[in-house]
Amino acid sequence: MRFLKPLSLAASLSLAGLLGATAAHAEQKLVPAQSEIVFVSKQMGVPVEGHFKKFDAQIAFDPAKPETSKIALSVDIASATLGVPETDAELPKAPWFNTAKFPQATFQSTSAKALGGGKFEVAGQLTLKGATVPVTIPVTLTQSGATTTAAGTLPLKRLAFKIGEGEWADTSMVADEVQVKFKFALTGVGKL
Amino acid sequence: MAPRNPSAAAPMARYSGIAMLLHWLLALALACVFCVGLYMADLPFSPQRLKLYNWHKWAGMTILGLSALRLLWRLTHEPPPLPTAVESAMPAWQRAAHHGTHHLLYLLFFAVPLVGWAYSSAAGFPVVLFGVLPLPDFISPDKGLADLIKPWHKLSAFALAALVVLHVAAALKHQWIDRDRLINRMLPGRD
Repeated sequence: MRFLKPLSLAASLSLAGLLGATAAHAEQKLVPAQSEIVFVSKQMGVPVEGHFKKFDAQIAFDPAKPETSKIALSVDIASATLGVPETDAELPKAPWFNTAKFPQATFQSTSAKALGGGKFEVAGQLTLKGATVPVTIPVTLTQSGATTTAAGTLPLKRLAFKIGEGEWADTSMVADEVQVKFKFALTGVGKL
Repeated sequence: MAPRNPSAAAPMARYSGIAMLLHWLLALALACVFCVGLYMADLPFSPQRLKLYNWHKWAGMTILGLSALRLLWRLTHEPPPLPTAVESAMPAWQRAAHHGTHHLLYLLFFAVPLVGWAYSSAAGFPVVLFGVLPLPDFISPDKGLADLIKPWHKLSAFALAALVVLHVAAALKHQWIDRDRLINRMLPGRD
């Protein structure tokens, strides 16, 4: 199928164009095996931890010029697990993630700025269960060899996304605030 | 009318007020926590179940604490001995059962909530007392261990329930059959 080669070439060129690919941004990749997205909720004071097993990120980040960065994150909602089969069976249902209707959560950055000492602030739009909310994410970068680790914690209000509806909207049962702790291992990022 | 039992004329030495208070308070608490445990286990996944599970754990931990106080009191305050007439009227096996049941009850007062606590920790749910005071996990989260521990909380709780039934039956036997007023030892009042 001869048309596939030029088609995929065109696709990757436009993707590169979209990401504003320059030498500084070339070939930046997420290493999923060394990355994690953990969320911690509080159920009547008891911390309950879950994580997403599948997610992907398109990163174009220049530590020297962070304001030129573009970060796009996509999370497979069906990959959420709390480690307890009975609770996991509830997560895809409509009062919780409603996975069938909203299979992905996404984050699109709109701006990024350096705070010094490896600390950055990335602002953007978070879309979860169909609701889009502006967020500012504090990120700390550390480098070890060829790998750059971007880590941080984003507190989210679950009711803003209608996660835990109806009888589960009661915040004395499950607290409104959920801590999302992320750690992304990246390759191809320039020296900090 | 002359009393049927000669010991009925002698004053009945009672347990201390604290011992009585702890006895009846814990009897009530144990009955409640057992019933909640039985009921909650069959509930479907819901906020109600979450609430009951946590109340059950808070009650269990409170019982554990009170049982520790009770044991401390028991070790430092000798209970009244069985009246000689009552004791001699009991065959050897009954005297053994009397002591044995009480010892086993004390053992289970601690074993049941401790196993429950261990199971909760192993299952990945630390106990947060009254929703505000996190209790330590003496067992780290471990799915395999949780599955191993799980049946033992229920089994030991049922063993405790069986011993309570035996204890109550024995007390009633003393009250209605022997008519030795032994129960008065655990009731406030003056002889």
